[in-house]
Amino acid sequence: MEDIIYNQLGYSILSWTVFLPVLGALLLLFISNAGAVRWTTLAFTVANFFVAFPLLQHFDKTTHKMQFVEKVPWIPSWGINYFVGIDGISILFIFLTTILSVLCVLVSWKSIASKVKEFHIAILILEAAMLGVFASLDFFLFYIFWEAMLIPMFLIIGVWGGQNRLYATIKFFLYTLVGSVLMLVGIVVLYFAGGNTLDILALSNMHAQFPFQLQFWLFLAFFAAFAVKVPMFPVHTWLPDAHTEAPTAGSVILAGVLIKMGAYGFLRFSMPMLPDATKFFMGPIMVLSVIAIIYGALVCFAQKDFKRLIAYSSVSHMGYVTLGLFALNTQGVEGGILQMLNHGIITGAMFLMIGIIYERTHTRVIADYGGFAGLVPWFAGLFMILTFASVGLPATNGFIGEFLIMFGAFKANKILGVFAATGIILGAGYMLWLYQRIFFQDANPDYEASGHHPVRDLDLREVLTLVPLFVFVFWIGFYPNTFLEYMHASVEHLIQQMELTAVAGNENMIAKYIMEIF
Amino acid sequence: MLKYTLIPLLPFISFLINILFGRNYIKDKAHWIAVPAVAGSFILAVSAFFDVLGGHDVNVNIYSWIVSGDFNVSVGFLIDQLSAIMLIVVTSISTLIFIYSIGYMHGDPGYYRFFAYLSLFVFSMLMLVMGNNFLVMYFGWEAVGLCSYFLIGFWFHKKSASDAGKKAFIVNRFGDFGFGLGVILIYLTFGSLEFMQVFDKAGSIAGQTINILGNDVNLITLICLLLFCGAVGKSAQLPLHVWLPDAMEGPTPVSALIHAATMVTAGVFMVARCNPLFSMSPVAMNTVAITGGLTAIFAATIALVQNDIKRVIAYSTVSQLGYMFLALGVGAYSAGIFHLYTHAYFKALLFLGSGSVIHALHHAGHHDEQNMQKMGGLKKYMPITYKVFILATLSITGIPFFSGFFSKDEILWRAYQGGDLGKFLWLLAALAALLTAFYSWRLIFLTFHGTFRGSHEHEHHIHESPPVITVPLMFLAFGAVFAGYVGIPPIFLEHGDRIGEFLAPVLGHPAGHGTHAEEIFVILVSIAVAVLGWMVAYNMYIKNTGLPQKLQDRFAPVHKLLFNKYYIDELYSKTLVQPMLKASDKIILGFDTYIIEGIVNGVPNLIGAFGRKFREVQTGMLSNYALVMAIGAVCIVGIWVFLK
Repeated sequence: MEDIIYNQLGYSILSWTVFLPVLGALLLLFISNAGAVRWTTLAFTVANFFVAFPLLQHFDKTTHKMQFVEKVPWIPSWGINYFVGIDGISILFIFLTTILSVLCVLVSWKSIASKVKEFHIAILILEAAMLGVFASLDFFLFYIFWEAMLIPMFLIIGVWGGQNRLYATIKFFLYTLVGSVLMLVGIVVLYFAGGNTLDILALSNMHAQFPFQLQFWLFLAFFAAFAVKVPMFPVHTWLPDAHTEAPTAGSVILAGVLIKMGAYGFLRFSMPMLPDATKFFMGPIMVLSVIAIIYGALVCFAQKDFKRLIAYSSVSHMGYVTLGLFALNTQGVEGGILQMLNHGIITGAMFLMIGIIYERTHTRVIADYGGFAGLVPWFAGLFMILTFASVGLPATNGFIGEFLIMFGAFKANKILGVFAATGIILGAGYMLWLYQRIFFQDANPDYEASGHHPVRDLDLREVLTLVPLFVFVFWIGFYPNTFLEYMHASVEHLIQQMELTAVAGNENMIAKYIMEIF
Repeated sequence: MLKYTLIPLLPFISFLINILFGRNYIKDKAHWIAVPAVAGSFILAVSAFFDVLGGHDVNVNIYSWIVSGDFNVSVGFLIDQLSAIMLIVVTSISTLIFIYSIGYMHGDPGYYRFFAYLSLFVFSMLMLVMGNNFLVMYFGWEAVGLCSYFLIGFWFHKKSASDAGKKAFIVNRFGDFGFGLGVILIYLTFGSLEFMQVFDKAGSIAGQTINILGNDVNLITLICLLLFCGAVGKSAQLPLHVWLPDAMEGPTPVSALIHAATMVTAGVFMVARCNPLFSMSPVAMNTVAITGGLTAIFAATIALVQNDIKRVIAYSTVSQLGYMFLALGVGAYSAGIFHLYTHAYFKALLFLGSGSVIHALHHAGHHDEQNMQKMGGLKKYMPITYKVFILATLSITGIPFFSGFFSKDEILWRAYQGGDLGKFLWLLAALAALLTAFYSWRLIFLTFHGTFRGSHEHEHHIHESPPVITVPLMFLAFGAVFAGYVGIPPIFLEHGDRIGEFLAPVLGHPAGHGTHAEEIFVILVSIAVAVLGWMVAYNMYIKNTGLPQKLQDRFAPVHKLLFNKYYIDELYSKTLVQPMLKASDKIILGFDTYIIEGIVNGVPNLIGAFGRKFREVQTGMLSNYALVMAIGAVCIVGIWVFLK
């Protein structure tokens, strides 16, 4: 039984998608004019979007199999292949990555003034690495992309970040390092346990052979890497610092794609390869997720920095994502995947907007704002839409994701579902309070139209940067099936894979093993 | 089909046009788009009403909204007797209020925005009413809440206004928390969210229980109570009533449309819609009835002593909504909807009338324009407003042959028939009716009678509002007087209860048993309390004007308690809001900063100390990174291989 469909198009579409940004980065080496660098990068990111687009068009939604597969032996003696392909879980992230990359270039047009060339090279390499992570079907390849992704991110925060950028960078670096090391160990162990293969699909189909003891420790090793990335409570504290210090483009990529890697890892590795351990850890992870939802929301009430508040709200929102995924039922998992996409759209757009307003006011302190609805009405209106998407109002994408997750969670565990639902009250609380302090009440006299720093409303470039994301806010809100349809077959397959293993008296074995440990 | 889709779609198009082009192009001509749109919806709604009258119900899915595994929900419409009546109420009152707003909001810098939000509201409310499943209803439910938030905080520069908007939204979320869980539980129980499918299957789960933390809870009761949470929030019942009085920060047409006639009645509509579920659970029914009865009397007592003209009417609304729930709770669903329908007219009229007064005083330069203690004697300056106000008051206090009499009396009579609990609730409701009569007439006497208590300068400038305001008032006055004639008690007229019979296919016939003598007794009591309240108010505010102050001094603690609304806002602030904010600031943030950060920074510090040894031979971060990673990996693999 072959779980792959070789590339159905006449050219290597996935390789082009992944490596086109690298070509762009190479080309940038020969360009020195800042304007030309920006236009070239923009051209490459836009081109990459169009190169990747046929993936959506030609994707076969009726199968869970990997599609557009390219498989070439690479290091045959170790069984390593250049092996890429996508399924219903990864395709939407490829799409999201290509869109957000374009927007990141646009939003950096004026705000990045130093080392312009280096910045754009970093953005392009980062894009390639992220796409590579989502497309890889070989562990070796995956790990290379996974690590390659960190370096440009690390530079983007460390070089173009805010005042505390070094602290934030080192923190980000160390957290991810610990996770990565443990994941590497896990991969090596899997390589031996699976009979000297790094083929992700082969390993996914082999789960029945992995004894619970092995799964248990492997799960923890992968969990370390993925939980830090998500980030889950209590390993989330790098995120607010990284977000706050990162330049706008960095925050957008971080929120939009990078932190999705952790959840993606759960879906691609932990669940299919280690289903018994996944089921064993389901309860504790759901509990941690609910804690993250409530805790992340409560911390938001105490924030005084605009950007930091949104960063903490990500902790809460990602809590929903992991809650959905580990509900281990169709609605939970699909809701979780959709919510990852939604969070990328909503929070990505919020960071874009915060970056835009920061360029005018040079402050992120909430108390410095006030009355902005009167000063920048279009900006205020768009931010209002994001606010309500973030609190999950029906007709926005946030509702669809949250509702499916809540449904899945409630189905899996009623009490946790109830606790998770308190997030809708807390979320409305901190977001509306934030909105009130920024946009309502009396205007800060410094920024009045007659003051010494009059703020201007959005210009055309900024509107163009934002509009695509708003289209998706409502598209997913009114007709989510366009996106859910891509997932159905793959998610269904994933759930089945996990259900299959529940046989053969595993429960007894698990209990016995747990007794041994403690 | 297109016809039904257009009913909500027209206001939505008006919203889109106004919000996108209002600021730069349409500006003060926004009503030229909004009014025709909503009037168009009204005409289509009337046509839909006659379709239903002719026996053509509609239950159709438009498109598939969310599909995930075995979860499948569509966007669809259900137009039956219940939604047809709601459609008429919503679109007719909206049309009048849109016209009124042309005059009331004239010259406001946010004129286009006002009509945009108002149009969005009408769209949302129509979706709520027309939805054929719980999720579409939930969509409308949340969307009307959003519009309410926008419109309460319409004058967003005022802190009090933006506070009130935020409060309304968040308090409502407490209710929606239950509503949302109820919707999920319904799907898990019935495998569908469509009203008709759920109600058809409702009988099959009678007596089933669900285990929650070791307790067996009756499933249908749990579902109903969760749904009712939503109704309590949206319809401002105890204990979630606190947002509605504050919502009066919004422009008066908003108070009339959203916070009196339509949105706040959504909870009543929802419970009535779900009557097949509620009827199966005596516990849920009693909860609804008791909540309604208590709220009716509770809010009425607060209204006795308030001085802000709009707040008096706001508490009156909370109280009247209590009556509606009382009716639903005793199984008289059609009586509840009947009162919803008559209340929409007379309460909208009261609000718009007070808006006319506020508008006139504001334009006369009066700064305390909502304080009744600073009014008085306005009847000679504003005769039309005065007359319609009198008609609305006669209606709300239940004077025979005005709308309110018929609907309120039916509720009282149904309650009276409802056993011991019913009798008790009837007593509460009758007492509340006495209070209603008192505060309603107090409002009239303080505002329109006596002498003007503002400055002479202002008095000269007071004049009647323009026709664009007074004409809608007259239309509403017509409704306030005659709307009730569709529900004449059978004791007076065979088949007089036309509305009850019309609604019977959806809401059923209330199982009442009482003698004619009892019914006459209940009616006489209603009339007696209405007249008594009127006389007491007349005595205190016309004949013996020093009396209120004497009573206030004599019963100072009681007055203070009522005037401060039983201190419930303060209670919530002290026990919920403040502790949460303090906890998040002191405990949670401290925990995040010191405990978690301390632990995780401790580990890197260790690594850092370890790394310092290597610093001399290392050249930079990246190689350091690679080395640490490699060493770590080798060590751990080594350990694993060794253990194996």
